[in-house]
Amino acid sequence: MFEIKCPWCGARDESEFTYGGESHIARPDPAASSDEVWAEYLYYRTNTKGWFRERWRHTFGCGQWFNVLRHTATHEIKAVYKMTDRAPEIEP
Amino acid sequence: MAARKPSFRSRYSVLSLIRNALSYHDGWAQAWRSPTPKEAYDVIIVGGGGHGLATAYYLAKNHGITNVAVLEKGWLGGGNTGRNTTVVRSNYLYPESARFYELSLQLYEGLSRDLNYNVMLSQRGLINLGFSRHEMDLFGRWSNALQLSGIDCEMLTPAEIKKLAPLIDISPSARFPLHGGFIQRRAGIARHDAVAWGYARAADAYGIDIIQECEVKAVRRDRGRVIGVETTKGYIGAKKVGVAVAGHTSVLTEMAGFRVPLDSCALQAFVSEPIKPVLDVLLMAGLVHVYLSQSDKGELVIGGGSDAYNSYAQRGSFSTIEHTVEALLSLFPAFSRLRLMRQWAGITDISPDRSPIIDKTPVENFFVNAGWGTGGFKAIPAGGWTFAHLIATDRPHPLIEPFGLDRFRTGALIDEGAAAGVAH
Repeated sequence: MFEIKCPWCGARDESEFTYGGESHIARPDPAASSDEVWAEYLYYRTNTKGWFRERWRHTFGCGQWFNVLRHTATHEIKAVYKMTDRAPEIEP
Repeated sequence: MAARKPSFRSRYSVLSLIRNALSYHDGWAQAWRSPTPKEAYDVIIVGGGGHGLATAYYLAKNHGITNVAVLEKGWLGGGNTGRNTTVVRSNYLYPESARFYELSLQLYEGLSRDLNYNVMLSQRGLINLGFSRHEMDLFGRWSNALQLSGIDCEMLTPAEIKKLAPLIDISPSARFPLHGGFIQRRAGIARHDAVAWGYARAADAYGIDIIQECEVKAVRRDRGRVIGVETTKGYIGAKKVGVAVAGHTSVLTEMAGFRVPLDSCALQAFVSEPIKPVLDVLLMAGLVHVYLSQSDKGELVIGGGSDAYNSYAQRGSFSTIEHTVEALLSLFPAFSRLRLMRQWAGITDISPDRSPIIDKTPVENFFVNAGWGTGGFKAIPAGGWTFAHLIATDRPHPLIEPFGLDRFRTGALIDEGAAAGVAH
């Protein structure tokens, strides 16, 4: 269990949020994509053990989507940033 | 297939129990050796859980391949094999799954004899509970599908369920009024540690090396082909490598240079304090997200849905416990007086369609057995059986042909996600 600092509402309990999975996955052009590329986009994930960039939604709050840089083994959160922001670098 | 026999240092029997009792149990042989790794093996299995150990066993038993090592980073069965709720069943909706899990259940039914190790299989029956007309319609379809697949299953009325589980609240004023359910009577539970230990001891008896506290740190490749693994005990060469590491599959495949369609999530379970027998069937309530059984020790073994976010932390979120307990108490108000004694989590590898992935990979001679998600325990015998077949012959066993990686490209998913509910 951990707290997430919503960019609009401040720190709230994890249970107020909905998870949106890995972030920064660019949607390829479906018409110009092979089945391999499309499968990669739909299903293949990095699933990192360590620092992971992911999407969250403050469902039981402001309802906004945003990004979080979280460590998947310790749940430590290093950055919270907006959907349109550039992805932060991950230092080992 | 060469049907060889393992050579146990001491066979377990009533006679050996009496003999060893007379010598104050000092004479038992070690169940398996703890060898130092050889320089190279024909096959290395990464992961000393149920699937890895079963794979090693069936490599030897069914295919005569015994120059095999099982590498385990911790201790045997210390991952998900020791963290599940020990449910064994084959009541899957889709024929591909039903066929596979039915083989697994049948292997479980003969496992104690096959391994010369009591896995304490108790086929006490599993009831899926329905709380609306619509769920009952789905159950009707589901149980018909099962019967067409040749799997035992019967629909039950609330009164029949009450007879099998007397403490359940079926009154019209219940939070979720019970409409009925269906039962697979051959489903049950087995002792999870015994499954790992039984396979380990039998694999060892074939001369297979089981190496604990040996973590794989890198996968060495040469021109697109695997040639060995770097471990905490040094480099070990291998002609073939099979990975059966559940929630850490993505970590291993990243070492080998490719990604898989998996997300790792924590799945929790917990037990109550031990009480006298109150429940001798397994219950599963997909709508409210809880399932439970009572162990031989008297503890209620309780599970629910998995945590919602990617995690490699083996502990889990409190809100999931709260949610699961709420669901439990809506069915069994009497259990509100019980205290929970232990809680734990395992890291499960969840695939997009909640079906397993047993296949070759982009790296030659590097095989993967993964995607068991929240239900790997029941699949151990058939998972090992078919994975051994794939590694030994380079061709998928007919039962796992539908469970290849290519299904994500073709779209031929086996979508048990909704069908399986919260069942584990």
